Amino acid sequence: MIQLKQICRDFEVGDQQVHALDRVSLDIDRGEYVAIMGPSGSGKSTLLNIIGLLDRPSAGSYILDGENVTTLPDAVQSRIRRDKIGFVFQFFHLVPRLTAAENTELPLVLAGFPPAERRARVDHILEAVGLAERKDHKPDQLSGGQRQRVAIARATILEPAVILADEPTGNLDRASGREVLEVLEKLNRENITLIIVTHDPDIAGRTARQIHIVDGRIDRDIATRRVHEGG
Amino acid sequence: MRAADVLRFTAKALRGYSLRTALMLVAIAIGVAAVVILTSLGEGARRFVIGEFTSLGTHLLIVLPGRSETTGAAPPLLGQTPRDLTIDDALALTRIRTVRRIAPIAVGTAAVSFGRRDRDSIVVGSTSEFLTIRHLEVGQGRFLPPADPRRASPVAVIGAKIRQELFGPKKALGGWVRIGDRRFRVIGVLASEGRSIGIDLEEVVVIPVASALTLFNTASLFRILVEARAREVIPQARRSIIETIQARHEGEDDITVITQDAVLATFDRILRALTLTVAGIAAISLVVAGILIMNVMLVAVSQRTAEIGLLKALGAPAHTITVLFVTEAGVLSLAGALLGFMAGEAGSWIIGRAYPDFPVGSPWWAVVAALTVALVTGLVFSVLPARRAAQLDPVQALSRR
Repeated sequence: MIQLKQICRDFEVGDQQVHALDRVSLDIDRGEYVAIMGPSGSGKSTLLNIIGLLDRPSAGSYILDGENVTTLPDAVQSRIRRDKIGFVFQFFHLVPRLTAAENTELPLVLAGFPPAERRARVDHILEAVGLAERKDHKPDQLSGGQRQRVAIARATILEPAVILADEPTGNLDRASGREVLEVLEKLNRENITLIIVTHDPDIAGRTARQIHIVDGRIDRDIATRRVHEGG
Repeated sequence: MRAADVLRFTAKALRGYSLRTALMLVAIAIGVAAVVILTSLGEGARRFVIGEFTSLGTHLLIVLPGRSETTGAAPPLLGQTPRDLTIDDALALTRIRTVRRIAPIAVGTAAVSFGRRDRDSIVVGSTSEFLTIRHLEVGQGRFLPPADPRRASPVAVIGAKIRQELFGPKKALGGWVRIGDRRFRVIGVLASEGRSIGIDLEEVVVIPVASALTLFNTASLFRILVEARAREVIPQARRSIIETIQARHEGEDDITVITQDAVLATFDRILRALTLTVAGIAAISLVVAGILIMNVMLVAVSQRTAEIGLLKALGAPAHTITVLFVTEAGVLSLAGALLGFMAGEAGSWIIGRAYPDFPVGSPWWAVVAALTVALVTGLVFSVLPARRAAQLDPVQALSRR
């Protein structure tokens, strides 16, 4: 479902050209569980941003669900992002003044869903991530793991086809990190494509496929086809 | 995004940064309140002056000797001197149909003394009609009796202050005062009354017009006050007055007739211009508030970079971000404007309470203009920050913690 062909992404740093991505080609099928790994500055986050339509490649093409989305205008890309892609960030990025329920509701609000439907969906999804009793808490009243679960609820409320997680456990202790991963893996078993950027080998070990990026190129692409743990 | 949700989101954002919101509200409110209060003061001044004039009677015409217009090239040797405006001229005016009453006036300064007390005072020579035309009231005794204005008689009506200063605690009525080199019997005292334009009526002495002319040794009146029958006939009365006097002055048009309306209109224009100027100055504070809005919104955008990036990642297109920020500024300026309007009205009310004689009240156009300017500056000055927010690169916005 995700097809990258000869993707390049160049940045200008001072008067120097930096090739964050250099002719990356990649196919990811629906329902895959993929880890993107690599040292800092290798271009793995840039790759994730391009997949998430947050960034545009300098060259190459990106085909999502059979549609070439590389050069679509901002408004159309926004809609695709909203409908097909869910983001989970290292620093959660919850809006501090909104409650857990309101943060979760945000994509529905932006998409213009009627309030009654929003409430039903939010209740359902918070139940699913085990935060039903915490829905009226503000982010600063939640633990790190709970915040990340709110973020996951928000990422999945519009039932996206792909979840892109950038170091989702990077800011969590081991136990909460494990909890968060389990929630994500559960979604993956419901046939949502899960792509995680990480440099934690333990997390990578749980995935079915590891893509190693070094200096903007795919260094290794290993399919381990491991059976999910903990499920 | 639904409009109601935009408003709700905005309201939460405004409440989330309450200090910032409060400061912006104060800035806008001060601007609007300044416009409202200053224009109501200006408008108050206008109404006050008009009220003063109206209390003199809006049907009033004033006849002055001499002409204010420049005439055509007359041979220099035959240069015209205005003819005197006499009591007979004044009496002739009473025969005009559109004229209700007249009061000839002669004015001069003379020493007024009683016993050993002596002071200079303005002496007004007039007739019994003066009382009605100038809307005066007599405090004690009576005013000049109706009589033939050509006949001098030694009676005087004095202002309240003159009475106080000359007679002190003694009885003034029936007392004899010396004005210039003549003696007059005090028959009345004017009620102390502050409202008058021109001469302070508390410090005048009123005597019959013929006596005044003799006293000042002149034949010419200072002016004639004419009250028309109605406001509508003023132009007609004006024409008749000029014709009548012209006929009596051998065809010379040598008087000037000022209508109360013309004076009124002039004052009205001047004061309205003044109000507009003051309002314009106050409006500058609104523009300053607008620039403040822009600054604060720019700060808000950089403060909320991560949030904007997040909204984009969640699928908000650029224009939704713009709408959110412009709405935020709009709600702020509207709320600030309403607060300022209430503060301004409260201020005007307090001023009105403190000075009951002064008719304060902001004109509707000033209120509408202040609210509109506040809202428009708020919106205009928020466009730049909102666009900056919309163009924010989500990758960079989200990369920061």
